[in-house]
Amino acid sequence: MASQKPAAPARTGFLSPAWLKSSGDGWTLLLMIALVCVVLVLISGQAQNNLTILQVAWQQNIQLLLDGLFIGAIFALAAYGLALVWGVMNVKNLCQGEYVIMGGYIAYYLYDIGIHPFVGLPVAIVFMFGFGWAIYVLVIRRVIDRDLFTSLLATFGIAIVLQQGLNLIFGPEVQTARSGLPTATVTLGGGAFTFAWIKLTAFLMCGALALAVVIFMKRSRMGQAIRATAQDARAARVMGIDTDRVYAFTYSLNAAICGAAGVLIAMIWVIQPFYGITHSIRSFVIVTAAGFGNLPGVITAGLGLGVAEQYSGFVLGADFQQATVVGMLLLVLIWRQIIENKHRRVVE
Amino acid sequence: MLKHCSPATVLAAAAVAAIAAAPASAKVEGDTIVLGSALSETGKYSTNGIHAKNGYNIAIDLINKTGGVKVGGKSYKLRVIYYDDESTPARGAQLAERLIKQDGVKYMLGPYSSGLTKAIAPVTEKYRIPMVEAEGASRSLFTKGYKYLFAVLSTSEQYLASSIQLAAEIADKAGKKRKDVKIAMAFENDPFSLDVRAGVVADIKRLGMSIVIDDRLPRDLSDMTATLTKVRALKPDLLVVSGHSKGAATAGRQIKELKIATPMVAMTHCESSKLVSKFGAAVDGFLCPTQWAETLSYKGPYFGSAADFDKKFKATFSGYKTVPYQSAQAAAAVLVWKDAFERANSFDKEKVREAISSTEMTTFYGRIKFSKAGNNIAKPMVLRQIQDGKYVVVAPSKWASHKVQHPRKVQ
Repeated sequence: MASQKPAAPARTGFLSPAWLKSSGDGWTLLLMIALVCVVLVLISGQAQNNLTILQVAWQQNIQLLLDGLFIGAIFALAAYGLALVWGVMNVKNLCQGEYVIMGGYIAYYLYDIGIHPFVGLPVAIVFMFGFGWAIYVLVIRRVIDRDLFTSLLATFGIAIVLQQGLNLIFGPEVQTARSGLPTATVTLGGGAFTFAWIKLTAFLMCGALALAVVIFMKRSRMGQAIRATAQDARAARVMGIDTDRVYAFTYSLNAAICGAAGVLIAMIWVIQPFYGITHSIRSFVIVTAAGFGNLPGVITAGLGLGVAEQYSGFVLGADFQQATVVGMLLLVLIWRQIIENKHRRVVE
Repeated sequence: MLKHCSPATVLAAAAVAAIAAAPASAKVEGDTIVLGSALSETGKYSTNGIHAKNGYNIAIDLINKTGGVKVGGKSYKLRVIYYDDESTPARGAQLAERLIKQDGVKYMLGPYSSGLTKAIAPVTEKYRIPMVEAEGASRSLFTKGYKYLFAVLSTSEQYLASSIQLAAEIADKAGKKRKDVKIAMAFENDPFSLDVRAGVVADIKRLGMSIVIDDRLPRDLSDMTATLTKVRALKPDLLVVSGHSKGAATAGRQIKELKIATPMVAMTHCESSKLVSKFGAAVDGFLCPTQWAETLSYKGPYFGSAADFDKKFKATFSGYKTVPYQSAQAAAAVLVWKDAFERANSFDKEKVREAISSTEMTTFYGRIKFSKAGNNIAKPMVLRQIQDGKYVVVAPSKWASHKVQHPRKVQ
C-alpha cells in the first residue's frame, strides 16, 4: 500500500465551499444565473404570474424545496457513483441511468410478488454489484485503456441492450413500487404543504448510504487502494496494488450505488425501461459541475439540481424542468472556460 | 416473466409469411382476400399493438367461420399478413412499402398509434391503397387531404372535450358563472396529447371558462410535483391531464401523494396505466374518456352487443380482465372491410374505396360513418368515472349508466 500522501488538491467544483471562498468568480456565476432568470421572467408573463403565486401562497415554497431536496439526494447518490467511475477509471459510464432503472425494477419485481420494496435495497445492492462485476469483466476491462470514444460507445451500447432487455422482460408499461407509507399534511399560516414519509425515508437512506461509502473509502483497504489508483494508477501498480481488481470493484460499487438509487426512485417516482437516459444526464450534469474528487460538491450540486428542477417546473412550466438541467450545465461549462482562461500558464 | 415473444420468432414468422406470399398480386389468392398490416409487436407500443392484433384476429375468425365475405356470389375468407414495426415510424413506413410492393397487398389495416399511422399513410396514399385504421386518433391525420385513409375511432381532440362540457353542466347546476370555472391543464409535449389539448382549449373558449394553468409535460416524464403544487395553490375546479400511460401513472401517484383536492380530475389512459390496481381508492372519482366500453348499449350484426363482444373476447384470449377498447376498434375496422367488399361486390381497389367512404353501419363498437376526411363522425367519445374501483359511464347522458360523483372524494 502506498504511503498516505496528502490527498491531491481537490478539483474545484461548482458550489463546493472551495470556490465559494475563492475570489469573486463564484459571484460572477451567480450573477450570470440571476441575470438569465431575470431575463426569462421578463419575457414570460406566465412566469411572472407563477412568481406571484409563490409570494401569495408562500407555503408552496416549502413544498418545492422539500420535494427538490428529497429527490436531489437520490440524484446525488447516482452522481457520486459516476464520479467514482469517471475519476478512478476515466470511464464515462453512459449506462448509469440504466443501472438506476434496473435497481428500480428489482424493487418493482419484489413488490409485484408481494415483498416490501424496502427489501429491494439490499437485494439491489448485492445483485447490481454482481452485475457490475460481470459487465466489467465482459466489456469495460477491454475498453478501459482505449480512447475516450471507445468507452463512450461501449457503455452506450450496454445502455441500449439493457433498455431493450428490460422492455422484453417487464414490458413497456410505466411501473411503480408502493411503499405504503402515508403522506403528512402540514398546515401553516392558512396554507398547507405535504410531505410523503417515503421521500423523507429515502432521503435518510441516501444519507446513510453516502456515509457508508465515505467511511468505506477512508477506512477500508479497498477504499484506500481505490483512492491510490485514482491518484496515480501506475504508481499504485508499482506499489503492488492489483489495479484490475480495483477497477472491477469500483465499477461494481458504482452499479450497486445506482441500484440502491433506483430502488428509491421506484418508490418515489415511476420507472419505465427507457427512463434511464434522464438519470444519466442528471448524473453527468452533477459530476461535470462538481468535479470527481469532491463529495460535498456532488451532494450540493445534486440537491441544488433537485431544487432548481422543482422551481423551474413551477415558474417556467413543466417543459422547462429538464431544459433547466441542461441550461445549468451550459452555464457551468462557460464559467469554467472563463476561469481556465484566466489561469496563468507557463509558455512552453 | 417473459411476456412477449422474442423478436427472433417474430422475424422468422415474418420471413415465412413473406416467402409464402412472395408472388406479387396477393390481393386475392384463391378463396382468400389478403389484408396487410404493420403492427407493434415489440418496442414501446407492444402492449397495445398486441391488443390491436387480437382485435383484428377475433373479427377475422368470426367472419371466416360465419360464411366469409361474399363477393360476386362466391364466399371468400380473410387473411392478414402481419409485420412487426418495432414501434418505430421509419420501420412502419418500410414495412408498408414492402407489404404493397413485394407482397402485393391491396387492402390495409392500420398500425398502432398516431405516430405509426402518420408514417404509413403517405405510403398507402402514394400507391392508392385503401387503409382502414383503428388506432391512430390524431386530428392531424385528417387534415392532410388523404383519400385512402379511414378511421373507425373518434379523433383525439374529442378525448377530453366531454369533461369540459361536463364541468360546464355542473357549474350551471350549482349556479356558478361559467367564467369563474377555473381549469388547470397539463399535457405532454407530443402530437397526440397536443391534439387532445387543442380540443380542450377550443371547448373552454366556446363555453367561456378560464384556464389557470397550462403546463407542457416533457416526454421523459416521471415527475409533475411542480405542476401539482401550482394546482394546490390555485385551486382549479377541473384538472385535465394527458400524457399517455406514464402521464396517468405519474399524475395518479403524485395527486395521491400531494393530496391534491381538485373536485374534478380528468385524464386519458386510465386503464392502460392500470390506475385502479396501482393506486386503489386514491383514484376514485377520476374521469376517463374512452372510445368504447362494454357497458354501452351499442349493438350490431356480427358480434351482437358490446357486452357480447366483451364475453367472446375474454373467452378467446386468456389474461384479459377488461377488454381494451384498442381491441374492440380493431375488430370494428375488419367489419368495415367485410361490409365494403360486399357492397362494392368487387375487388377493384377504387370501387372498394368508394364503398368504404359510403359506409354507414351500426356495430357493437358504435355507429360508423366517415367524413370526407376519413374520420368516423357517427360515434362520440364516452366519459367514464372510476367509482369504487370500477369504470362506469357517466357522460354523455344518453348512454350513461351512472350519475357523476361530484366533487370526487379525496382520500
